[in-house]
Amino acid sequence: MAKTIEINVHHVTRVEGHGNIKIRAKDGTIEECKLEVVESPRFFEAMLEGRTWKDVRHITTRICGICAVGHGLTSVQATENAFGMKWSKQTDLLKRLICLGEQLQSHVLHEYFLAAPDFLNVASVVPLVQSHPEVVVRALKLKKFANQICDMICGRKVHPIGMEPGGFAYTPKRKELQQLRAKFDEMEPDITATVDLFATLKIPAFQRETEYVSLKHDKEYAWLEGQVYSSDMGGVAKQDYLKIVHEKVVDHSTSKHVANKRSSYQVGALARVNNNYDLLLPHAKAVAQKLGFKAPCHNPFMINVAQVIEIAQCFYDARNVVEALIELGPKPEESPEVKPKAGRGVGATEVPRGILFHDYTYDDEGKIVKANLVIPTGQNLANIEDDMRALVPQIIDQPKDVITLQLEMLVRAYDPCISCSVHFLNVEFV
Amino acid sequence: MSKPKIAVFSFTSCEGCSLEILNCEDHIPELLGHVDIVNFREAVSNRSDDYDIAFVDGAVSTPRDEDEIKEVRKNAKVLVAIGACACTGGLNVMKNYKGLDYCRKCVYGDKAGKVETIDARPLDAVVPVDIKINGCPMPKAEFLEVVTAVLMGRKPRIPNFPVCVECKRKGNVCQWLKGAVCLGVVARAGCDAICPTYNKGCVACRGLVDEPNANACKEVMTEHGLSMEQVLKEFQLYNGYYEVAKQ
Repeated sequence: MAKTIEINVHHVTRVEGHGNIKIRAKDGTIEECKLEVVESPRFFEAMLEGRTWKDVRHITTRICGICAVGHGLTSVQATENAFGMKWSKQTDLLKRLICLGEQLQSHVLHEYFLAAPDFLNVASVVPLVQSHPEVVVRALKLKKFANQICDMICGRKVHPIGMEPGGFAYTPKRKELQQLRAKFDEMEPDITATVDLFATLKIPAFQRETEYVSLKHDKEYAWLEGQVYSSDMGGVAKQDYLKIVHEKVVDHSTSKHVANKRSSYQVGALARVNNNYDLLLPHAKAVAQKLGFKAPCHNPFMINVAQVIEIAQCFYDARNVVEALIELGPKPEESPEVKPKAGRGVGATEVPRGILFHDYTYDDEGKIVKANLVIPTGQNLANIEDDMRALVPQIIDQPKDVITLQLEMLVRAYDPCISCSVHFLNVEFV
Repeated sequence: MSKPKIAVFSFTSCEGCSLEILNCEDHIPELLGHVDIVNFREAVSNRSDDYDIAFVDGAVSTPRDEDEIKEVRKNAKVLVAIGACACTGGLNVMKNYKGLDYCRKCVYGDKAGKVETIDARPLDAVVPVDIKINGCPMPKAEFLEVVTAVLMGRKPRIPNFPVCVECKRKGNVCQWLKGAVCLGVVARAGCDAICPTYNKGCVACRGLVDEPNANACKEVMTEHGLSMEQVLKEFQLYNGYYEVAKQ
């Protein structure tokens, strides 16, 4: 293991946003091991200052096209908490349904379009149109179905419409819900086929135990409600998230790094499944068993498997929610009265790539005084680098292109969303 | 005959418009039969500077963005700006109003001096743009219309009438009558009036029609007791780059 290598991957592909991998090892010793983030700065915190609560959800949704629904849900939750608002059972179910729709869409996109090509030795999904047409058709069908769940509630998944503190401007009609319910039966074989496909892929063997952070709820697999939970420390209330989440500026990265007591922690599908395994629905647990998943799992490449488990979890959970909505009988609701008051509100929800925090301080007119947003990918960056540092010595004797591909696969497993992570920070510190 | 080569690039944006390309699920297999995608970081690993049509989302907001869009312009026969950020600067322009020094300091504190940022601007403030697909996000239907038109060598059909027309067509109740502020009276249609359909006023994310009926707009505003200032504030959200929003 006395090898000298230098790897520079400029703009890792099949990830959202612009990031570079840089590895330099001399005589077997790693001198540099970085995931550089080189995305353009957006300055959302500055843009939010002075904006009224009415615009905040609209603006923060635009942080990210892939997790726009998640940003919206987290934003309204922060405002609801700041103003002490309550909402109806119907709103609760709709929030949950649109959240599940987005997770499903994002995981299908990541698994089929971004991750699977590596396992099938192709550069993208495009060659699969010829070689595995049924796989591509299934992926597109599932993605469209997941998008339709979101479309039914907010018009579209990329930048949902009418998601407001306390409720939704539009209520799906009973007929729309019934049509959607029927589609679940039509799609079920595609979920099974997805699990079968990913059961055949060989996941690289690699172990590195780390701290896993996610929401945790005592009764259900947590997406929107519950405590902020660390596998090292246990749970804290949402408004106390800063006890676990410590942001720091590192001079080589353009996005802030986040850690707790160790040098890094992990968020996302694997953290969620590890922390909430017992609360998975029976269907999802069966998938976990079929895919050989045992919690806690310490292999970051298994994030791909955790996402497949969550595809089943979201699908069957969403079906339950649709049935509950039909039973409840959907009716248009009056927009809730919003009474702004000065104070702070924290929103914390699970978005596809992990736990997301929006932390707002409002003045008594309902204008933002201060906003802090902590993004899943920002939280994972330090953990990815720690993984790379542990992985490189194990594979350093391999040819350079093999090492490079393994590192890219590692980064892709995290499904990074770089535009999001640098909404607040992107500097090439010299 | 070889297929036209397509590239997709992202500048300062949420990449939602690039994602909307992938969200054209029903049309992707057919599209791939007509074009080769040679550069699309979000979706494929191949890269090439040899392409015919470039679709670009995002505003220009750093010196690097500026260099790169000039490079794309040099390489592409047809440059299509996709989405509000690329077409009008979009939401990014809000930071120009705050002042760059203020933004840097607010977000970066004592590291403020090292942040590379310039006023956010639409692509056509830096290079000539051939076609604009406005909207936040761009409407998928218009993207497919533009692709079809470019491949067939004809002019794309992009509406030059206000959102009000689409609301009337769909039988939507007017948002003004519901007490909302709606810019649909002067905003460019093509979105199928999706916001009013989902019970929200239009924010003019697709910019203005070429000859907006300012008098009608003022009339509606006066009728509903709104000041020009209030409406311009709404308008600034997506069109802050233009003089009309600065008045």
